[in-house]
Amino acid sequence: MKHIEFTIDGKTMTAKPGQTILKAAEAHGVYIPHLCAYKDLIPHGSCRVCSVRCNGRIQAACVQTVSEGMIVENDTPEIHEFRKAILDMLFVEGNHFCMFCEKSGQCELQALAYRFGITAPQFPLLEPERELDMSHPDVYLDHNRCILCGRCVRVSQDLDNKNCFQFVGRGHRKRLKVNGEALAETDLRVTDAVVASCPVGALMKKRVGYAIPIGERHFDQQPIGHAIEEKNS
Amino acid sequence: MTSSQEATNHPEKPRIATVSLAGCFGCHMSILDIDERILALAEIVDFARSPINDYKTFDGRCTVGIIEGGCCNEENVHVLEDFRKNCDVLVSLGDCAINGGIPAMRNNIPLRECLEEAYLKSPGVYNPSGTIPNDEELPLLLNRVYPCNEVVKIDHFIPGCPPPADAIFEVLSALLAGRTPAIAYGDLKYD
Repeated sequence: MKHIEFTIDGKTMTAKPGQTILKAAEAHGVYIPHLCAYKDLIPHGSCRVCSVRCNGRIQAACVQTVSEGMIVENDTPEIHEFRKAILDMLFVEGNHFCMFCEKSGQCELQALAYRFGITAPQFPLLEPERELDMSHPDVYLDHNRCILCGRCVRVSQDLDNKNCFQFVGRGHRKRLKVNGEALAETDLRVTDAVVASCPVGALMKKRVGYAIPIGERHFDQQPIGHAIEEKNS
Repeated sequence: MTSSQEATNHPEKPRIATVSLAGCFGCHMSILDIDERILALAEIVDFARSPINDYKTFDGRCTVGIIEGGCCNEENVHVLEDFRKNCDVLVSLGDCAINGGIPAMRNNIPLRECLEEAYLKSPGVYNPSGTIPNDEELPLLLNRVYPCNEVVKIDHFIPGCPPPADAIFEVLSALLAGRTPAIAYGDLKYD
């Protein structure tokens, strides 16, 4: 199979035809921070955390495929500030109370903010009014923490074949809705793949919170992306 | 020396002031958690207005002001403005100072509803007169809980609930040594 040559931050790499920048970079041990991209699901390109400068233009690395001679800028001060601003906006647009959130230490949004060294939001908090759906016996949905990454929408459709979640509205009115009056009325089961797919504490299994002690949680010792970067060293 | 002269002249040792606004004092506990290093710190700084020495007013200019908690009432705002006026550098210590924290959970509930829940409706409340405390001496509650940086300019932030002692020590050492603080990965926490 023909390989495509391209560069990330001046380093020459190869990619398979049709491979995205994100996947090709990962194969070479280069971590491109991302949130909505999840395993092998069709990428969504909605969170823009994986934005890179690609032949001079900002593109989402999770959806943009590699082309011959492509010049990608990933680890630059400009991109760093850009991603930081996106993460900041995700925080201020919701109600993220890390201090009591069951996802803390395992949360990908929080882990990215740690990785970027964010100490305080640079934008004013919006403090929106959001709902908490506790109707389901085994799973809860806290819209305060939802960042509209669309992972649950895609996992429920593509992996669970159920279509329990969908987006409604556009722009700042965009919301996640469940296929029923409340979560309990959907086909959702606690064993569905979707339950583990939420990067934040929005879709959570009940009665298992705080099981892992502080210090042993996923992102307590090593920053997010560490496993990918380790391949490089 | 008049107090206005004092305000423009730094005393020999750098002075640190601290306060807990709408906080739980957990962040101050974490300051004490720097353990025996507090002795080394006490060698090189003086504590001004702080719950640690119970001084309640400023008696001169301070190098660093450490703020725990956000602003939930008018007194918090006055104290915070006083800190800004009297300190060269202000540090927001902990999640409440940075984003309002737990007290900010009331921000989407009308103030009257909060007070009625606390003093009238909540199970176990014994309040035969059915009144909500409204004494002149009590500082008026604000419509919502404000992060400190929405009220005054804050120079440095140490997140955490509470922030790890090592993070506090690093920021204080850096500020006293005149370098930019760099909190280590494991010490940057939001919980």
